[in-house]
Amino acid sequence: MAHAAVHDTHHDAHDHKPEGFLHRWLFTTNHKDIGTLYLVFALTMFFVGGSMAMIIRAELFQPGLQLVQPEFFNEMTTIHALVMIFGAVMPAFVGLGNWMIPLQIGAPDMALPRMNNWSFWILPFAFTLLLSTLFMPGAGPQGGWTLYPPLSLQGGNSVAFVIFAIHMMGISSIMGAINIIATILNMRAPGMDLLKMPIFTWTWLITAFLLIAVMPVLAGAVTMLLTDKFFGTSFFNAAGGGDPVMFQHIFWFFGHPEVYIMILPAFGIVSEIIPTFARKPLFGYQAMIYAVASIAFLSFIVWAHHMFTVGMPLGGELYFMYATMLIAIPTGVKVFNWVTTMWEGSMTFETPMLFAIAFVILFTIGGFSGLMLAIVPADFQYHDTYFVVAHFHYVLVTGAIFAIMASVYYWLPKWCGNMYSERWGKIHFWMSVISVNVLFFPQHFLGLAGMPRRIPDYNVAFADFNMISSIGGFWFGASQLLFVGVIVHAVFFSKNRATTRVWEGARGLEWTVPSPAPHHTFSEPPVIDDSMLAHGDVTH
Amino acid sequence: MAHTQGAYYVPHGSHWPIIGSIGLFSTVIGAANLFNGGSGITSTPLMFLGLAIIIFMMFGWFGTVIRESVAGTYNNQVDVSFRMGMMWFIFSEIMFFAAFFGALFYARMYSVPWIGGEGHGGLTNYFLWQGYTPTWPTNGPGNIGGNFETIPAWHLPLVNTLLLLSSGVTITFAHHALRAGYRRALLVWLGATVALGAAFLYFQATEYMEAYTHLNLTLHSGVYGSTFFMLTGFHGLHVTLGAIMLTVIWFRCAKGHFTKDNHFGFEAVAWYWHFVDVVWLGLFVFVYVL
Repeated sequence: MAHAAVHDTHHDAHDHKPEGFLHRWLFTTNHKDIGTLYLVFALTMFFVGGSMAMIIRAELFQPGLQLVQPEFFNEMTTIHALVMIFGAVMPAFVGLGNWMIPLQIGAPDMALPRMNNWSFWILPFAFTLLLSTLFMPGAGPQGGWTLYPPLSLQGGNSVAFVIFAIHMMGISSIMGAINIIATILNMRAPGMDLLKMPIFTWTWLITAFLLIAVMPVLAGAVTMLLTDKFFGTSFFNAAGGGDPVMFQHIFWFFGHPEVYIMILPAFGIVSEIIPTFARKPLFGYQAMIYAVASIAFLSFIVWAHHMFTVGMPLGGELYFMYATMLIAIPTGVKVFNWVTTMWEGSMTFETPMLFAIAFVILFTIGGFSGLMLAIVPADFQYHDTYFVVAHFHYVLVTGAIFAIMASVYYWLPKWCGNMYSERWGKIHFWMSVISVNVLFFPQHFLGLAGMPRRIPDYNVAFADFNMISSIGGFWFGASQLLFVGVIVHAVFFSKNRATTRVWEGARGLEWTVPSPAPHHTFSEPPVIDDSMLAHGDVTH
Repeated sequence: MAHTQGAYYVPHGSHWPIIGSIGLFSTVIGAANLFNGGSGITSTPLMFLGLAIIIFMMFGWFGTVIRESVAGTYNNQVDVSFRMGMMWFIFSEIMFFAAFFGALFYARMYSVPWIGGEGHGGLTNYFLWQGYTPTWPTNGPGNIGGNFETIPAWHLPLVNTLLLLSSGVTITFAHHALRAGYRRALLVWLGATVALGAAFLYFQATEYMEAYTHLNLTLHSGVYGSTFFMLTGFHGLHVTLGAIMLTVIWFRCAKGHFTKDNHFGFEAVAWYWHFVDVVWLGLFVFVYVL
């Protein structure tokens, strides 16, 4: 096992933190600093997108037009989605991957550190571009984040800016994903075989593959929008032999893998946290990997379930329905494995574990509503109603965002060297988990009763549930200020120093480096102790 | 396993990425303003300024990497990282072209026949596009862009196919020469590859001129014109980039860069060149012949 690595002594200027703000943050090649940048950026965008959600819920508090114009309301729904997807969830996962993957596989840094810098530093520019459209003559995009033509092409000056912003986000994601694959396949410490890798790293490997496969397809789709609007092409114009529905096919060929890009790393996080606090190895480590791989594969062949009502041939509807329902099988494997991991474990319920358990329960609710939506005749009723809104917020907020929050509580002591306040972490959790259900659960009823999504006004019949949902929304939004408070306190004020291992049940290489993790770790390949790996399944 | 025993290499910080971001930002703002009909400093000039910054960034960034590589700073592990980076970059390019090929197939197999009333498109045809008979090539029931003719596959496109295929052979000869240490033969074969690429681009430009001036085949010619020009146009852009990359490599070879065992820069460009070659074969079959 022991690969005593031979080292020559030429370490360039990379033994110390660079001095000066610019050198430290703008020119950085350090995976931890870049990870921090990503995470801070994601948190910022979470509040930018979140404030838009607050405007949406405020307008929907009562029927009738209260606060904003319908055009502005449509801008809010459109940009809220774009900001949350490309600005909050994805950068948060890339930030976590940046921080944790090299630590988990015993690598000194990412494989291509300068490109890593560029992947991040494109993002602030891309989002400046996107958010600037709010202030443009003719207003920002109002056609929904899916940018369906012809509606999306009828916008004013903003169309070109939004499309270029998406191009830039795509460049950033592709470079980030290439970096993660190269890191995982090339930078593992000796003895860190693929089937010994921590499950978070595994899920990121598969996610990165999805990203490289589909982000260019999105780039192609929006490029066609651009040429249709400005250069007279007819991709989405039936008079020229094209088809607006063609955009939907190309878009969702990207879009469905994209939604799994936003959940697979969350699966990985939860699969790290539950074994730690159940003090048991992950049940079915290999099955978990195969399940993630199956989900990733299936994500490529189910895209048209987003378009059941668009008028596809019956054979297409049936195929996409059955293929979609297949996804429930590997997802079920994962849920049962998380439950079985907890079975007879000596569990404790620190904040990361609370968020992870909430993830398992609430994500499963989102999964079930997804199964309902997969059924074609039922979808004819649910399509474009608040039921869909409830469904994807369950999988994205109580799924992806809860997993991200769980991971922040889990790894924050490793990042900053201090323990967060467990008391306030728990308060944050309970406030979040209750308010989020007040926020989104009534939306199921609204949708089943027929309330359409993306409208600023509604029938008075929907008033009560909308008011409840809005109250939950404001409550959830306010609760996230606690999250910032807990983080700021832990990073800057907490006197409670974290130990190296931090959590009693923690396994894996990241828990062998000091807390806070030094600027450079594993400049020599670590010796892998199989019994300390996260899943404990290595003998098979 | 490809694990290097020896010191890891982590590069020092770099100001090139942020310069690249500024370049990209300026380019797209300039382009967006230009598309929106803007004039003045924030449209075309800003776009070209941005492009200049990006080119400046590439010189600087690649220059740094080349100097580090020539100085022997990199080890095997870095080499493998570069290889993976290039491989997955090419994969992303393939998926970009897949989107446009997908549009072509969808238009031919579904949207055009449906507009013409085939399959489940009967009502669409009856109510919206009565009298339209689906054919390929087509500019749709609206006759968008007016009547046009297509480029015959077995003339210039065939010549271009032969040119690109030959360039795939010459670059392989160049690679063998590099590995055998025949620097002169390397330069000749690599130069031949660049020449073949340039000839391809020349004929492609001729073809475009022919299409625009004599055949009335333009970007406006309905879905046929859209798919034709976007596919061949993006391919031509990639051939141009590849040819520029080959030229840079030619100069590096002339300066004595690369050794028999260590010449990833050369190989990366060769991979890229084969990639544009294979995309062309797809274009030749699906855009020109069928």
